[in-house]
Amino acid sequence: MALDLLYFAWVRERIGCDGERVEPPAEVATVADLIGWLAARGGGYAEAFAEPAKIRAAIDQSFARGDAAIAGAREIALFPPVTGG
Amino acid sequence: MIEIAVGSEDFDPGALLARLEATGGGGVASFTGLVRGEDDLEALELEHYPAMTGHALAGIADEARHRWPLLGLVMVHRVGRLVPGERIVFVGTAASHRAAALEACAFLIDWLKTGAPFWKKEHRGARSAWVEARESDDAARARWG
Repeated sequence: MALDLLYFAWVRERIGCDGERVEPPAEVATVADLIGWLAARGGGYAEAFAEPAKIRAAIDQSFARGDAAIAGAREIALFPPVTGG
Repeated sequence: MIEIAVGSEDFDPGALLARLEATGGGGVASFTGLVRGEDDLEALELEHYPAMTGHALAGIADEARHRWPLLGLVMVHRVGRLVPGERIVFVGTAASHRAAALEACAFLIDWLKTGAPFWKKEHRGARSAWVEARESDDAARARWG
């Protein structure tokens, strides 16, 4: 299942790119699984996802929790807690 | 009347207030957020998630209209590089009576700060750092239930 990932703020900076297309294995079922799978790549990914509690996500442009299922998602964004306003 | 805008250009609060006043209500309330002129801050950089921002702001606006009888609602948020004293954000409401306008205005900015995909980075000389989310902002959102 091809999935477009987007990264923002320090997640983007630590990984070194603003997005990519990935094909996670079937056992990657939730947002939290996806974060763990990416962190296991090491390098900037490990740095970006060292503290999963500080990562927020959106599935197809709607905020999603760590336990949200990613099946059927087209675009998942991973980013720090928002700081607008 | 609903206006939602995100962009790098500055905006004119007077013009926005005039459009809210033209809705025929008895009260208009607004909040304008500025880049604080603190110590050695040179600039703020505002990043956002373009494909999601408009949709997130529209959702917050819908929630406000569901809770209060509003005649007008404006949300404007800037992105890009902003220096101290520059405007970042404007939220404004018009209603028949002041309570709805004032409460909805406070609600909009509290929800915007925690519910829309914007991130701020501070530039101080050669140093730069992402602003951390504040627990007080989560508490401000939580007070609306």
